[in-house]
Amino acid sequence: MPTLQYVSSRESTPAGIAPSYGHFIGGAWVPASDGATFATVNPATDEELAQVAAGTAADVDRAVAAARHAYETYWRPLSPARRAAYIYRIARAISERARELAVLETLDNGKAIKESRDFDVPQAAAHFFYYAGWADKLAYAARAGRAPHALGVVGAIVPWNFPLLMAAWKIAPALAAGNTIVLKPAETTPLSALRLAEICAEADLPPGVLNIVTGDGVAGAALAAHPGIDKIAFTGSTEVGKSIARARAGSHIPITLELGGKAANIVFADAPLDAAIEGIVNGIYFNQGHVCCAGSRLLVQESIHDEIVARLAARIETLRIGDPLDKNTDIGAINSHAQLDRIEELVASGVADGATFHRQSATLPDRGAFFPASFFTGVGPAMRIAREEIFGPVLSILTFRTADEAIEKANNTRYGLSAGVWTDKGSKSMYVAGKLKAGVVWCSTFNKFDPSSPFGGYRESGFGREGGLPGLRPYLRFAPNGTPESA
Amino acid sequence: MLAQSPVVDAVMLESRAADFAKRSIKREAKRAAIDLAIRCIDLTTLEGKDSPGRVRSLCAKARNPAPGAPAVAAVCVYPNLVAVAKDALAGSGVKVASVATAFPSGLSSLDVKLRDTEAALVAGADEIDMVIDRGAFLAGDEATVFAEVAAVKKLCGAVHVKAILEAGELGSYDAVRRASDIALDAGADTIKTSTGKIGISSTLPIALAMCESLRAFYRRTGERRGFKAAGGIRTTKSAFAYLVLIDETLGGEWLDPDLFRIGASSLLDDLLLQREKERTGRYTSPDAIGKD
Repeated sequence: MPTLQYVSSRESTPAGIAPSYGHFIGGAWVPASDGATFATVNPATDEELAQVAAGTAADVDRAVAAARHAYETYWRPLSPARRAAYIYRIARAISERARELAVLETLDNGKAIKESRDFDVPQAAAHFFYYAGWADKLAYAARAGRAPHALGVVGAIVPWNFPLLMAAWKIAPALAAGNTIVLKPAETTPLSALRLAEICAEADLPPGVLNIVTGDGVAGAALAAHPGIDKIAFTGSTEVGKSIARARAGSHIPITLELGGKAANIVFADAPLDAAIEGIVNGIYFNQGHVCCAGSRLLVQESIHDEIVARLAARIETLRIGDPLDKNTDIGAINSHAQLDRIEELVASGVADGATFHRQSATLPDRGAFFPASFFTGVGPAMRIAREEIFGPVLSILTFRTADEAIEKANNTRYGLSAGVWTDKGSKSMYVAGKLKAGVVWCSTFNKFDPSSPFGGYRESGFGREGGLPGLRPYLRFAPNGTPESA
Repeated sequence: MLAQSPVVDAVMLESRAADFAKRSIKREAKRAAIDLAIRCIDLTTLEGKDSPGRVRSLCAKARNPAPGAPAVAAVCVYPNLVAVAKDALAGSGVKVASVATAFPSGLSSLDVKLRDTEAALVAGADEIDMVIDRGAFLAGDEATVFAEVAAVKKLCGAVHVKAILEAGELGSYDAVRRASDIALDAGADTIKTSTGKIGISSTLPIALAMCESLRAFYRRTGERRGFKAAGGIRTTKSAFAYLVLIDETLGGEWLDPDLFRIGASSLLDDLLLQREKERTGRYTSPDAIGKD
């Protein structure tokens, strides 16, 4: 009996990766001050993709100076409508080069091409389009009697899970608000930000308006501590976020932090279960679980626990894991062996704590960093797998009996970034959503994003919002009407 | 009959259904999938102007669509033409399916519907494509819908019964799910999306809602029942989306003419065109394919 086969169907657009990259500072490509470089690697093959400049404090200095110069010389005097035109141009260039950017992102990050093609790149373009529209309408971001002013130089540090998209989340509102920016991409995923710098150069963005310094935590720490920046926007781990907040305490510059999460995805017995299974799968296995808002704690009503577990076990067998460039791949590579080690360590702790581990039976590729779609049952609320962010394709399943118990369990975390609620009753989803301490609550869906919709956390998931008007305000200063620009 | 059917969420249903169209099926997988799709076709003609000559021509195409290509699963005609089709397909293994029960509206007395079915059976139909009474369903009279499907199945005995839900008239995915559950519980061997006679025929979300019902039925009873998508499937690419949907929702066991059919007419020509392209490496003229 013939069954349907999906043979490998690789996206063949060339990514055009150069052998080496410098920093992008003041519109020019420059090596690190000490000439040091490091390799960025394709996590699906362990092969080196390019050598990249290893940023130093001196490089950060130089980038901040270039951004300051561009702010004073080109960007601040520019009319808002002209500023918008540049941002629209960048948005269009991202759309036009979407295929190439998707391949580049997949090579450097390991994520499946269908996600970089259908999510990361279109969302990045959408953010530029959205904030371009704000550039000459900033007055509407202010309360009556107050006028908006740019802050100056923004220091932005972004993570490796959505490298281009997280860069877009920072760059688009920063530029629209009239700031210039120094961006440090993650150590393991610098290439798409560097390609974005090329795109900005081709769009004739004035030199120094966008600067990219690549490197590890040394460059990041230097940028976060730099006295010449006027705002810090950070997305990444709670641990690093805390150290930035400590380092900048008392310095009176605005900070936004978008940190980790351990989101509860709550499924009631009256939910449309076929839909809920898809939502659970999307919630935890999207982007290999490298998602700060991943629905990593599944809370199911006790009466449907066994059915959900049986259905989920069957569903993950249909997920295709492997070559991220294959258009049929659902689960790509873990971003790095360091992250894979962390996932494996936490999974081992779950097994040692007595939880039961279930995984898809597919064979993993014999090279590269891969981890199967998997979940734990029999999870106790005190286990590390119920409390710590695994940041991988591993779900922890717990049960509840009543709505109030679900709310209590959902909120019993130090995080508060996102949550999901699955029920067929509108009144119940509104009741539960209103009591969840999470920045975003998805009802009968998960991982829905739009540039106009604010996103951000409570508690140790950070503060400040990205997207929409609340995502624009942190890049502005509001002063009473008539206050001089420089005040 | 189940007292209640599970609820369906339209947003997630449509989003999941859209995933199926994104699978990329190329090279040897494409060649195999084209032949699989051909083997699952119910080659259909249901027009007022259908004549014995037209049906004989269609049957010749059904037996031998193109040199080297497999035969289709069945030919689907009105009851009056079953005998002609039966004769033209003798010895081929291609089945004869007949629409019945006051197709396409289903708005007649049960007695007339059963006589209609009986005429098709007497003429030698191997399969009966009946329509459910949507008027009764939408009026809340689920018992009538159930009873009519059960009565037709009883009359047909071992003959395969496909219950056409005409999903495009039911108004919601919840209703599609409910009608699927009722038809299966009443004994339909296959549930079928549509008559092909109204604007909205088969769509991927409708098919998914119906396959979720089949999946639940299998879980509940251990019995595999069939699915037929009909209407609006004209291209190889859209047929492939259904194969993927079946494979990922019900499993590979369902990718068999006993459990999966596509009711179509022009689809076969596109499949043959693509088959020729895979064989020769280039597209041929549509006129190089023998029309039915």
